[in-house]
Amino acid sequence: MNVYGIRAIYRFEMARMFRTLLQSLVTPVLTTSLYFIVFGSAIGSRMTEIDGVAYAAFIVPGLIMLSLLTESIFNASFGIYMPKFSGTVYELLSAPLSPLEIIIGYVGAAATKSLILGVVILVTARLFVPFEIEHPFVMLAFLVLTALSFCLFGFAIGVWADGFERLQIIPMMIVMPLTFLGGSFYSISMLPEFWQKVSLFNPVVYLVNGFRWSFFGVADVAVGVSLGITIGFMALCIAIIWWMFRTGYKLKS
Amino acid sequence: MHAPSSPAAISISGLTKTYASGLTALNDINLDIRPGEIFALLGPNGAGKTTLINLICGIVKPGTGSVLINGHDIQAEYRTTRSLIGLVPQELSTDAFETVWDTVRFSRGLFGKPPNPAYIEKTLRALSLWDKRKSKIKELSGGMKRRVLIAKALSHEPKILFLDEPTAGVDVELRRDMWEMVRKLRADGVTIILTTHYIEEAEDMADRIGVILKGKIILVEEKAALMAKLGKKQLSLQLQVKLDALPPELDGTGIALSADGHELVYTFDAHADDTGIAALLKRLGDLGIDFKDLQTRQSSLEDIFVSLVHAQ
Ligand SMILES: Nc1ncnc2c1ncn2[C@@H]1O[C@H](COP(=O)(O)OP(=O)(O)OP(=O)(O)O)[C@@H](O)[C@H]1O
Ligand SMILES: [Mg+2]
Repeated sequence: MNVYGIRAIYRFEMARMFRTLLQSLVTPVLTTSLYFIVFGSAIGSRMTEIDGVAYAAFIVPGLIMLSLLTESIFNASFGIYMPKFSGTVYELLSAPLSPLEIIIGYVGAAATKSLILGVVILVTARLFVPFEIEHPFVMLAFLVLTALSFCLFGFAIGVWADGFERLQIIPMMIVMPLTFLGGSFYSISMLPEFWQKVSLFNPVVYLVNGFRWSFFGVADVAVGVSLGITIGFMALCIAIIWWMFRTGYKLKS
Repeated sequence: MHAPSSPAAISISGLTKTYASGLTALNDINLDIRPGEIFALLGPNGAGKTTLINLICGIVKPGTGSVLINGHDIQAEYRTTRSLIGLVPQELSTDAFETVWDTVRFSRGLFGKPPNPAYIEKTLRALSLWDKRKSKIKELSGGMKRRVLIAKALSHEPKILFLDEPTAGVDVELRRDMWEMVRKLRADGVTIILTTHYIEEAEDMADRIGVILKGKIILVEEKAALMAKLGKKQLSLQLQVKLDALPPELDGTGIALSADGHELVYTFDAHADDTGIAALLKRLGDLGIDFKDLQTRQSSLEDIFVSLVHAQ
């Protein structure tokens, strides 16, 4: 195991994060605060409770997930896309590092950043709304698993992308809609039956609900199913990245 | 040839590389690089120099055939082979926001070496980068960036160093520093493979020279032997009085009159027992052709190279 190599990548990526600390943390915190002011206070005060949870509190897990997904994908994809773009990837490819070590370095750093972000948003949310976390360890497990899965997903996107537009397109065109339609701001039981069925094909529904269960003990789907789907998604991302490295896809000509 | 007990630093056999585009950039390359030598790889644009280097370093996908580094296969034992190799790439690809110090430290770590600030300091000093260690790379000039790439390549104390056109766009001073450094590295036992378009560099620096053309190695020679074998000498005589035409008495002697009529040029084989110079000078004296100056010139590697490339 090339531990020095992993550490070098991890440090490099964390340094990159700390250089942009302001925009990395302030932007999501600001966005979240706006959501609370608009949805939580202005609209939420007119909304009834959902499953016995005040609306403002109900949206907290979904909001954290929303930021976690977008930021994980963004950070991890950027981390590997930049060296490809600037040409410095030559060094990575010529170093005595296995694909696994490269992934641990990049995805580990991106996931660390996502976790920090998740916690910061959680604390921000707590300033706006009172809530308790019923199952803190399950909550943490979901946070870590989601961060890892979507950083892996982002890493794959970063390898695949040959331009900045491509870097944006999947987060914007697929992940954002899925998150908004994934019950972040509502319970899917509020939908007509047909759309409830459709929602069950949206993987984000399981993420958000599993996460919500860890907060309030209520969810639209069983927590075990949520966990299973999250782990399944992670396995899929690992398989894709493994294939990319094995074939040199978009990394080597 | 090297003794069997010390394997070649690099041993390439039957190496063929075809890109996805269908272009065969390397075509059955067979080449042994000896430990501790400076090997210059010459060839025109697109000959396959960078492809060969990048393939050995793991930057392009392997082709068919095999490459051994100190006897280790570059695919099966990539960890061993890559830790032995340092690469200064042809393109100036650097980070922008890192400092010089951080980027060199990063490279050392990447190649699996424990931190060694003293060694990095020594390297930066040797490359006149010490004063710039806290500068961000984007604030450096092109030549400075080139130095940073060299420092990165040396950061993990490689035993084999690839320099892919290290002097492209580099000023005289840096070039001199660089060659001084290369000589020092060689004295420390580092094997160096360089590509260059400046043939005088190969002439100055290399122990052996290889010429690659359209993906094939067409020649590998000791530099000295190459110069001797293919080297022709030229004698030029600047005339006192301009000649309108070559006197018929001189026809068939291998002498030629320059276009302006002020110079006679005689080409001869420097290694022949009888170069014919004495006879020629006597003949000129007999004809009453006086000259005010004369020079001899050894044909350069460039001449040799150009004639080789055109012969193909
Ligand atoms: N990634 C690639 N995909 C397809 N073809 C490539 C690729 N890289 C290089 N080639 C082609 O392979 C051939 C050899 O290129 P290479 O870069 O190895 O030449 P070179 O000898 O280094 O040239 P130069 O002196 O210009 O640096 C060229 O015809 C080039 O167009
Ligand atoms: Mg080249």
